[in-house]
Amino acid sequence: MSLLSLTALTKTFANGVAALGPINLSVNAGEFVSLVGPSGCGKSTALRVIAGLLAPSAGTVEFPNGKPEIGFVFQEPTLMPWASALDNARLPLDLKHVNRGEADARAARALARVGLSGFEHAFPRELSGGMKMRVSIARAMAAEPKLLLMDEPFAALDELTRQSLNDDLLKLWREDSLTVIFVTHSVYESAYLSGRVVVMTPRPGRIEADIALPQPIARDANYRLTPQFAEGAGEVSAALKRAMQAAA
Amino acid sequence: MNRALKIIVPIAVGIAALTLWEFLVRHYNVQPFVLPAPSAIWAAFIENFGSLMASLWTTLRITLAAFALAVTGGVALAVLFSQSRRIETALYPYAVILQVTPVVAIAPLILIWVGFERINLALVIIAWIVAFFPILSNTTLGLKSADHNLIDLFRLYGASRWQIMWKLQLPTALPFLLGAMKVSGGLALIGAVVAEFVAGSGTATGLAWRIVEAGNRLQIAKMFAALGLLAALGIAIFSALSALEWALLHRWHESALKKER
Repeated sequence: MSLLSLTALTKTFANGVAALGPINLSVNAGEFVSLVGPSGCGKSTALRVIAGLLAPSAGTVEFPNGKPEIGFVFQEPTLMPWASALDNARLPLDLKHVNRGEADARAARALARVGLSGFEHAFPRELSGGMKMRVSIARAMAAEPKLLLMDEPFAALDELTRQSLNDDLLKLWREDSLTVIFVTHSVYESAYLSGRVVVMTPRPGRIEADIALPQPIARDANYRLTPQFAEGAGEVSAALKRAMQAAA
Repeated sequence: MNRALKIIVPIAVGIAALTLWEFLVRHYNVQPFVLPAPSAIWAAFIENFGSLMASLWTTLRITLAAFALAVTGGVALAVLFSQSRRIETALYPYAVILQVTPVVAIAPLILIWVGFERINLALVIIAWIVAFFPILSNTTLGLKSADHNLIDLFRLYGASRWQIMWKLQLPTALPFLLGAMKVSGGLALIGAVVAEFVAGSGTATGLAWRIVEAGNRLQIAKMFAALGLLAALGIAIFSALSALEWALLHRWHESALKKER
């Protein structure tokens, strides 16, 4: 069942830079899709257009079953420094005027799900980079989204933190039957997380390859040692190389 | 340097300087209308305690009123600017003109327009002109400094303009505003003093006027006493605003972060 479909979507900025497209992409409910491509290929632009934060220059963004609740996670944690972890996680609920008691409970639950029980009253500056990113994910989850858009969320983190967040993210995806569109420039991250990798060309970003991988139902660190993982990563890597050569 | 030393050292320097001053004045027999000894200044302070305190109260009231108006007016106008580019473009140059024209030059005009029968209002307006601009310009900058990704996030969740202002832009601007308030609090006092000087005899009764009056009568010790009170008032305003800044920012802002060594 298609949750989202992009048709002949292009985005050209006011300064004349053609950032994206045209692209056609359909994402089914429950999929974990990664968008992989070189820097500046319009991956982030695509996410913003899907979220409705940017208007497309041409083409359409359609949600056949109505626009779902959307969560957005940026590359930076993007927290309010004056607000505690709990207050940050509660933001979407505050903006939707959910009553305070219920909002607090839901935000606390979201923090617990990303392993931050006990840090509700910590301020962002008291948290490590990985923990800040966890608050950012908790904030996105607090509104109980159906579609989670993530823009290179783990790019600035060290490898161990990143792997642990990868596993936690897959757990959230599984438990909530989320649909995730995950932008990354890491081939390995995309091959580990996703059931499908969309490889994009340099600007203006077009779709070079749409690669189906084994579904990420039950993955752990050992999956990185399997032939399937190596094969998937190889396929993504080859497609990325083709995309770069075609542009050169 | 530890905390106790940070307090003790300046006090020790102050006591040493006062002692030296007292000694030099006595030793060289300096005339009190040139430079009075600290003991003479203290005596003048005690002698004129009532009138000096009344003057302090007058100057304090004018300063606080001007400062309060500068903060509320500056923030209100900055919020208005952030909501409408057009209003900002139309009004900002006039705010700059008000700021760059020396207040001493505008003061006589304001005194004439407001009238000497409403002298305190005139003094407040003059002090306000001096104190207003730092609040306006820093708050305007602060309101524009909100994280763009956070603004996007607010929009994603359907936030109204009012929610973006109240929950995002104003908290972002708070450190800018508090910094401006420390500057503006001092400027309000300077504005009040300048205004009293310009207003001149008979009408103004603040500390600045006590200084002029004592100067005219060659009561230099009393002049010093009034001067000391003005300095103390300035320090008190600055300390109060620093304390406010600490209270509001120390839990979250980088400026209050203790450095690990």
